[in-house]
Order: sequence, then C-alpha cells, then structure tokens
Amino acid sequence: MTLAPELKDTSPEKLLAPVLSAFWDEDKSWTLDVYKRHDGYEGLRKALAMSPDDVIAYVKDSGLRGRGGAGFPTGMKWQFIPQGDGKPHYLVVNADESEPGTCKDIPLLFANPHSLIEGIVIACYAIRSSHAFIYLRGEVVPVLRRLHAAVREAYEAGLLGTNILGSGLDLELTVHAGAGAYICGEETALLDSLEGRRGQPRLRPPFPAVAGLYACPTVVNNVESIASVPAIMNRGKEWFRSMGSEKSPGFTLYSLSGHVASPGQYEAPLGITLRQLLDMSGGMRPGHRLKFWTPGGSSTPMFTDEHLDVPLDYEGVGAAGSMLGTKALQCFDETTCVVRAVTRWTEFYAHESCGKCTPCREGTYWLVQLLRDIEAGKGRMSDLDKLNDIADNINGKSFCALGDGAASPIFSSLKYFREEYEQHITDRRCPFDPAASTAWADRTEVHA
Amino acid sequence: MTTSSSERGVSLGMPELPAPAYPDDVRARLETDARAIVARYPDSRSALLPMLHLVQSEEGHVTRTGMQFCADMLGLTTAEVTAVATFYTMYRRRPSGDYQVGVCTNTLCAVMGGDAIFEELQEHLGVGNGETTADGKVTLEHIECNAACDFAPVVMVNWEFFDNQTPESARRMVDDLRAGRPVAPTRGAPLCTFKETARILAGFPDEREGAVEATGSAGPASLIGLKLAKGEAAPARVVHPRGEAPQDAPPHEPSPAEHLSSHDAPQDTSASDPAHPAGPTAEEGE
Repeated sequence: MTLAPELKDTSPEKLLAPVLSAFWDEDKSWTLDVYKRHDGYEGLRKALAMSPDDVIAYVKDSGLRGRGGAGFPTGMKWQFIPQGDGKPHYLVVNADESEPGTCKDIPLLFANPHSLIEGIVIACYAIRSSHAFIYLRGEVVPVLRRLHAAVREAYEAGLLGTNILGSGLDLELTVHAGAGAYICGEETALLDSLEGRRGQPRLRPPFPAVAGLYACPTVVNNVESIASVPAIMNRGKEWFRSMGSEKSPGFTLYSLSGHVASPGQYEAPLGITLRQLLDMSGGMRPGHRLKFWTPGGSSTPMFTDEHLDVPLDYEGVGAAGSMLGTKALQCFDETTCVVRAVTRWTEFYAHESCGKCTPCREGTYWLVQLLRDIEAGKGRMSDLDKLNDIADNINGKSFCALGDGAASPIFSSLKYFREEYEQHITDRRCPFDPAASTAWADRTEVHA
Repeated sequence: MTTSSSERGVSLGMPELPAPAYPDDVRARLETDARAIVARYPDSRSALLPMLHLVQSEEGHVTRTGMQFCADMLGLTTAEVTAVATFYTMYRRRPSGDYQVGVCTNTLCAVMGGDAIFEELQEHLGVGNGETTADGKVTLEHIECNAACDFAPVVMVNWEFFDNQTPESARRMVDDLRAGRPVAPTRGAPLCTFKETARILAGFPDEREGAVEATGSAGPASLIGLKLAKGEAAPARVVHPRGEAPQDAPPHEPSPAEHLSSHDAPQDTSASDPAHPAGPTAEEGE
C-alpha cells in the first residue's frame, strides 16, 4: 500500500484537511450567516446551473463513497433511482449514528448543520425528489435543536420550500427524531421505522432505490456523505480527487477515542494512518501503550499495534482484514481486558438485535452467556471453540449486517487475544483491574 | 360493595378494559399538535413515532390512554401502536422522574469509567437501573453508545450531554438536580424536564431564549483536529477537565450478576431457570 507523497510529512498542517470542520471554532458556526461566509450554498448554485443527470455524473466522477460504513459510491446510489417512473422519489438521510465508537455525525450536525441541508437540496435536485427526511437518533436533543433552527433558517432564506433560488425546484425537508433503536441505522429498518413501524430490516431485493419509503424509489445516505457533496460541487471533483487514493478519494472525519492523549475529531484525506494521527496528537495517554483498536466502530474486526501503519481507507483496511466502517478509532491500552470489552459489545448486540431472524436473536444471546462465564472465570476451554462456532453461525447467515457486526469482535479478539481468553479460564478469574483503565486512573493531583 | 380483581392486585387473566380517554381540554390540545405532526408526512402512519413522543410529553411516560389516542388519530389498532411503543427504548412504560440520568456503559465509556460512575450513582441514589428516587426527581439508567466517545465517559440527562464525567462530578450533578439547583450540560441547553424534552422530540422546536446557542459551536474534543491543522495547538497532553481525587476502587471480582448490562439480555425462560441450569452456565464438576 503506497501513501500519497504529501502524507509522508508528519506535521498536522500537512496531514489534516479540515473541510466540514473548517469553521467549527467560529462563534455561532451552526447559523446560515456563518455558513454563507464560508461559501455556504455556493455548491448548490453550481449544481442548479447543471442538469440533474450531470450532477449525478459529477458526484459519481468525484469518487465519493458512503461514509456510513459500507463505502458504496454515493453517485451510483443516486443513479439507481429510476427516472420518469411517475412515482415520488425520496431522500432519507441516515443520522441514526449509533454504532459503538462512532461520533462524527453528531458533532458535525451540532456545529455545521447547513452543510447537510445544502447537500440534501443538491441530492434532491439530482434524483428529482421533492421531499427529504433526516432520520436523527432521538437521544441527541442538542443536535435536534440545531437542526430545527437550521431548517427554519433555510426555509426563511428560500433555500427550502418552493422555487428554491428561482430554479423551479420545490423541496420539503422533515426532521424526524427516532426513539432509541440501534437497528434503525440499517437502511431498510430505518425506512420501516420512518413509516411508523417497529424498526426491522426488510428483505432485499427490492432495494430502496426501487421500493424504499412508501414503496417508492428512495436514496438512503449517511449524514457525512451528503454533507460532503456541497464542497465537491463548489471546489470541484479534481480538488476532491487530489486527496486520498484513486479508489478512496477525498477527505473524511476520523474520530479518535479511548486511552489516547487527545480524543477528538480529525478531518483528513482518506489513507492517513493511526500512527500518524497518534504522532500528531500526543499519542496514547502517558505511560501506556496501544493494545487493540477498532478502525470503524465495534462491528469492524479489531486491530492491534501491528496495524498502526495500515492506511485508513476502504482498500487499506479491507486488505488488513477489517473494514473502514465509520472511522471510529476506539483505542484501548494495555490496562483493558479484551474479554470485558468484547463481552460488553456482545451484550449490546444482544440487546439491539431486533429479533426478526434466528441466527442473530439466538446467537447473540448464547454468545453473551458464554462470554459472561468466561469473564467471571467460570468458562471452559471448549467454550472458545463454541464462541467461534456460534459467531460463524451468525456471520453471513443473519438477515442484516447487525449479525455480521456481532461476530466481528468475537472472531478478531479470538484471533489476536486467544491467550487472554485462556488465561481467564485457567486462572478462573479476570486478571485485570478495571480501575486502572478509567480516565482518572493515573491522576495524581489531589483536590479539596 | 365489591372491589374488582385488578384493585386487589389479582390478575384473573381477563382482558383489560379500554383505557380512559384524555380529558376534553387535553385531548383538544393534543389533537392540534397531532394534526401538525401528521401534516409533515406523506403517509399518516409516519407520525406514530413523534406522536408517541408527544403523548410522553403529556404524562411523562407512554400510557394506555396515550396509545389509544395515537391509534384513534392514525386509524391504527391499539395492538399496532403497542407493538411500536414497546420496540423503542426511549418510550417509558411507567411513571418516571423529571430527570432521566443515563450513564453510558457501552464498552468504551464503561472502560473509561462509566461502570464506576454508574455504580457510584446507584449507591448514592439508592436506586437500581431504571428506578426513580423517592422524591420523583431522578430516574437512573444505563444507556448505550450516544455518539460522544471522544468525550468519554459520558452521562446524558434528559438527552443533553454531560461530557468527561467522573463519579464525583456525576454525584454532584444528581445532588443539584434533586435540590432544584440549576444544572447545565457541557453540550446542550439548560435542562428542562423530561416532559418538555419529549415535546422537542415530537418535533416542536425549543423556543426558550438562548437554548439553541447554549454551550457554543462545538465541544473541545470536536475542535482538536481543527486546531492542530491550524497550528494552534501543541501536541496535547492528558488534560482532565475537572480535577478530582484519585479513586480507590476495589479490585475487580466480576460475577455474572454484577454485569451492568445484565438486564439487557433476553429475560429468563423456562430453559434458563437458574434453579435448574441446563446451558453453558451449568457448573458441572464444581
């Protein structure tokens, strides 16, 4: 895997590329005024001067790929919408960000909601949709407030509603708050939920592009994917392609969390490495070393310190045996018990399994039972193969990707840390002290 | 005079009587709101999730009356409404406190101290997961990942962000909530009650002065990369937002019962009767 030449420089000014996050440090960054001062809605003007089909082709040529986890080319998704079919078309933005470790869309919407709204107008123009929805997870009321305010501003400024910017384009935008269900991040479950039903995934085909919301052609895109479109339209696909690699072009938000010195959002060209991010940001917390990390949330197979130089793009992470996912870089140091971490993730998947299909519903339940025993020092050696076996019966055999996600931490942790599982079994106890892992474990200052 | 079986707390397996209706004035007010919600969607059933938030804003939890109201307004059966209301965790099914304090105990926050915070609050408040303090102020629960991992450990109060918490800061916060002192999140607006929060979730914007602006454009962690890119920040060190004395936590002796998420697993079935272990929890040879 080769890196672009400019990535060999180690200074953050060269390695990072704030676009969506470029003005989050300004006062009232979420308002239309500030957004417009930063070329806001200029991309829309350029898009409206093109034909809808040309906009789709332009976004396709830019190489933008979905930022919600799967990495599907955004322009291609738009192209799948049948035109001239006489049915309403819908755009649904997936803002249900709930994948453990993932924390990019929420700060983006909190600080810069207009980038999403502008992207929505461009996308709806391209796919000929006159009604778009933002499905925001319900548990983030501060973000909901700013979305309400931003949508109101956009309507008042004629950027939503009828005859947008004199183009003849009409668009309604509805902000819809969910009610707490991880499964609704799965696009077809999201559509069922938006239709007022239990959020359970649908059988595909038909894909949403053919029969989505209300059985009409529907594009479901992640927040960051849509929010990236205005900059591409305004600054050009060549500019976008000047970042990242041939197959993974552009910029993206990397979210660093856990036992690192400086957790936070780092917007950079695709292909940066965890080592580069840690080097520029102060590394792991002092006196500790990286033990394991996820490249893109808990559903992506974990990595270890062997993988510090894997380029964090779709191909690089894939070639190393995981997935880029949501670029949620959760870093755990040597104080962390991997069995505890995997047990907790598995409890999450069991809790969030929608119950529709047997492998996921039953499999996640039994994984939890086995893992709890192992963590408590009551496991048996044969349990480890049983874990692998159950995960194998979930992976690829479930109705949707939640099951595959549940299997990932099991497979990958057994691959890299089987000895640690065995130690829990032979010592009949967990060898770790959870107090050593806390954010305040190494704090020495004493306060009154 | 006879008392009904339900008043005596005895279930005879009889179907429940239909839920009582809202008083006329309440119903009229909610109908206006419900019509505004329905108008947002091409298909009325899409209004169900926001309408469940709406009835929750009336009574603090989703009652049978509320579900009946949703069914009437949308032309659904109460079974259809109940199926949806019980699927989503944000709908409460029993009376709860003014302030919902949710401690993230998904892996990253748990490891960073969420488990310790949750334990501390359970002890301090004398309530377990999903339970409410006797004064009706605080309902404690553990929550799943809330998309703020770079601010771990995170506590949510009525779904506003309290970032980088410690057991001490969380304890002070719940004390303030119970004493009626103003409490402000690190990201979000000054707290309103759970009912008022539910109304925002139903899609009615928060009209309080300053609510949208509160706590500024972005939290510190959200700006770290930007500041580095602008050459504004030296490579960071570990910085603790609030100083507290180190914790003397007891050594970890995990047992299945201690798991914070244990209630999340599917409920016991006859096949997993703890008195007759049959699965992998059986301790043969012990």
